[in-house]
Amino acid sequence: MLEIKNLHVQLEEEDKQILKGVDLTVEAGKVHAIMGPNGSGKSTLSYVLSGRDGYEVTEGSATLDGEDLLEMEPEERAAAGVFLAFQYPVEIPGVGNMTFLRTAVNAQRKARGEEELSAADFLKEVRAKAKTLKIDADMLKRPVNVGFSGGEKKRNEILQMAMLEPKMCIMDETDSGLDVDAMKLVAEGVNALRDEGRGFLVITHYQRLLDHIKPDVVHIMANGRIVKTGGPDLALEVENNGYADILAEVN
Amino acid sequence: MALPEAKQTATEARLSALTMPDAGCTRAAREDALARVLETGLPNRRDEYWKYTQPDTLVSPEAMPAAVFSDDEPLVFSEFDRLNIVFVDGVFSAEESDDLSMEGVSIDRLEDICCKDIHWAKDLYGVLEARGQVPVQRPLAALNTAFASDGVAIHVTGKPSKPINLIYRHASPTSDAILHHVVRVESGAEATILETGPAASRFNKCMEIDIADKGTLHHVRAQGRDHERRAATHMFTRLGTESVYKSFTLTVNGVLTRNEQVVELTGDDAVAHVAGACVGDGEFHHDDTVFITHDAVNCESRQVFKKVLRNGATGVFQGKILVKEGAQKTDGYQISQSLLLDDDSQFLAKPELEIYADDVACSHGSTSGAIDETALFYLRSRGVPTKDATNMLTLAFLAEAVDEIEDSALAEAIVSRLEGWLARRN
Ligand SMILES: Nc1ncnc2c1ncn2[C@@H]1O[C@H](COP(=O)(O)OP(=O)(O)O)[C@@H](O)[C@H]1O
Ligand SMILES: [Mg+2]
Repeated sequence: MLEIKNLHVQLEEEDKQILKGVDLTVEAGKVHAIMGPNGSGKSTLSYVLSGRDGYEVTEGSATLDGEDLLEMEPEERAAAGVFLAFQYPVEIPGVGNMTFLRTAVNAQRKARGEEELSAADFLKEVRAKAKTLKIDADMLKRPVNVGFSGGEKKRNEILQMAMLEPKMCIMDETDSGLDVDAMKLVAEGVNALRDEGRGFLVITHYQRLLDHIKPDVVHIMANGRIVKTGGPDLALEVENNGYADILAEVN
Repeated sequence: MALPEAKQTATEARLSALTMPDAGCTRAAREDALARVLETGLPNRRDEYWKYTQPDTLVSPEAMPAAVFSDDEPLVFSEFDRLNIVFVDGVFSAEESDDLSMEGVSIDRLEDICCKDIHWAKDLYGVLEARGQVPVQRPLAALNTAFASDGVAIHVTGKPSKPINLIYRHASPTSDAILHHVVRVESGAEATILETGPAASRFNKCMEIDIADKGTLHHVRAQGRDHERRAATHMFTRLGTESVYKSFTLTVNGVLTRNEQVVELTGDDAVAHVAGACVGDGEFHHDDTVFITHDAVNCESRQVFKKVLRNGATGVFQGKILVKEGAQKTDGYQISQSLLLDDDSQFLAKPELEIYADDVACSHGSTSGAIDETALFYLRSRGVPTKDATNMLTLAFLAEAVDEIEDSALAEAIVSRLEGWLARRN
């Protein structure tokens, strides 16, 4: 589904190489986790896949079901099925959360040539999904992420993911800043979306999220590369021994 | 003291193009106003309060021609039940206006007042304008008082069931209109006045509003869509104890707009909110000049002005809060912000606070910025196309000003105008 080959990325503003040849394939129906020390390039990878400005791809490719992602605008990638749950969800004063969600859902439908969701159907769906994430009506009415706690912001990301039903879900440290209960809610939200046709790339610094969202494959990223790939046990190894051993081993 | 020669010459040239109407009970006020004009002269760009806005075309003897804009969009607020008072190029149109009688209010034309010796409006006409000349001179307002050719006197004594809509139609590309209205809101009375339309190629408007204790006036204005028109408007408002004044202005297009608001809080516990949203593209210059005087205890004032500018448009904000000695517990808030959609546009702001009481809370802020790239990316990453995302963020930026309109249906009508303006641009 998602195929990343030899991806090299540097900053547009300064001559700084951040990704130095990332190779990664996520198959439909699978959950891949990326772990790695701070500064290894995990967020950069997620931004490059979703089309944020400021990065220059100098080599390599990234495709979703064979379509070249790197050629598309962010909104086109979204319509093609890419979703990024942000490490730091953005606050947008003056834009209601509900309006935002509905605009996004319908914009994607329109881009795919599907019929727009009626106001009533949308409302019904969003209420049901919000409820399972314990997002109350008040939070839906408030401006996007404004005044939300860290945990509320992360749950709001998962709500968007649930409403947009993307093919490829990329989650960047969705567990950071969450307490155990909030993490369980988020994990349940994610697990409910697990599906034959959907791939997940779960970026996390810690192993604990992976207790709740069981990965099929775990990758370790360091210094702009995937340095080791393994099964769920690899995450436990990191948990127990830190990154030092693994990094020493690959260097 | 003699005026500088250039100012003297320009003032004389302007005055020679005008004749004072046969004035009845407003005569004395008009003659006083003329004396003020002669004393100060009309503004030129050397004047401190005209540093950012060139008054030349507002002062010239003849108005610059301005094409009449028309399309088939219904007039703003046309879906609301309201009492319409129509002026075409600054001339009252009985034909297009509704019957002026309505419960809770009495409305007279200026012309009818002028031939009377006694009328309540006599005590208001030119009075607040004259008070508003200190400490900042507003000679165009004095010129208006002296030479206004039409207008209405609105006496609110109860709670009229529908808004009064002053509709300013622009029909001739060379029209030059001077309108002067006086409004008195009696104790406990409440009304909504709407003003819509560009009025004329050049428009000088003055409105004096006197709100008695516990009176309330809502004012919502939309200045039309004509691109070439020029306007200098002045609102002078005096508030009594526990009275409320809430004013909002929408400006889309117009090569030159100067909107002055002079507000005096003279009774305790009064509330005054003045707000404006303007959107300009290209040859567009918009100036909000506000002066709020707190002269009583525990009053609240808010100024919320937002400007969206693109393609070389210019926005100006000059806003002052003056808290007089003894005006304790004043709550004064002022914000002026611009959203610059490109590098060619500019925003000039001069916020001022002058405070002579010690127990007050006053704040002011002014910012100028571009679309928030992070927010834009966030929206796009959810599938919202760039243009729609930009428009969403632009409306969000304007929302704080539009939210000052208390009536949500009127606010929605304003938002739909803003959406229309944004949708017409790519
Ligand atoms: N916009 C940027 N400007 C400067 N440095 C950046 C920028 N984005 C990323 N970096 C640098 O790239 C490296 C990788 O960062 P990031 O992708 O955020 O790592 P991670 O998410 O794994 O912690 C870090 O050294 C970081 O400082
Ligand atoms: Mg990161």
